[in-house]
Amino acid sequence: MNNPPHIHLQLVSDPIYLSGARELIAAVSRRLGFNEEACGQIALAVDEALCNIIRHGYDKRKDAPIWLNLWPSVDGQPGLTLVIEDEAKQVDVEQIKGRDLEEVRPGGLGVHIIREVMDVARFEKREKAGMRLTLQKRRPLEPAKGGA
Amino acid sequence: MSEEMQVDVNRDGDTVVVVPNGEVDLSRSPKLRTVLREAQSSKPKRVIIDLGGVDYMDSSGVATLVEAFQIARRNNSKMVLCALTDRVRSIFEIARLDTVFTIVPSRGGRIRVSSRRP
Repeated sequence: MNNPPHIHLQLVSDPIYLSGARELIAAVSRRLGFNEEACGQIALAVDEALCNIIRHGYDKRKDAPIWLNLWPSVDGQPGLTLVIEDEAKQVDVEQIKGRDLEEVRPGGLGVHIIREVMDVARFEKREKAGMRLTLQKRRPLEPAKGGA
Repeated sequence: MSEEMQVDVNRDGDTVVVVPNGEVDLSRSPKLRTVLREAQSSKPKRVIIDLGGVDYMDSSGVATLVEAFQIARRNNSKMVLCALTDRVRSIFEIARLDTVFTIVPSRGGRIRVSSRRP
């Protein structure tokens, strides 16, 4: 994204802030016209992304930085773009995938959930350190209203 | 510093009913895990988890319940989830676990037996 984000949030990797991040994202999504189900899905995707950073990226450290950026569109169309960045350990993008859901065991669901509820979920290594996750969800166009 | 989640536990004969309240996320699922482990330590015949007071759950909460389900299986206990809100039910559907857990509408509801087993 070339233009500056409409929201730029920095938080530390402490799970107690997950609730605040979720509520912020859900409230903004609502104001951008997403329905209640979609707002919940977007907030869930952000929660899962932050959880993965805290648990796997920072190994549960509570004082490391995470940046959350928001743009109120997807390639100029109605929707929402979120970019979540960290300075956690870098991982091979090819290895980031949801697990086989036929295997019922605790854990490993986060990436599957993110990919399931968002239109785009793209993981990248940042240039110097950490990872970047770009999430996008389009908002369905409202049906055209009848004539004047 | 963190507001702790309230989890009530009621025992009735061979049945233990666990009732978490509020949001079950990464900061709070460890409390639920601890309470469930304690509740299951006596190997009750039936474990009911009433989720009617849970308005949000993420994958850490789901993982906690999967773990409890596996313990229940080892104990030959029957574990039932009840009173899921639409929002909580949706994460079970996304994770395709809604067919794994025994889910009933309320504590006295009819039990739907799953075909998949953890």
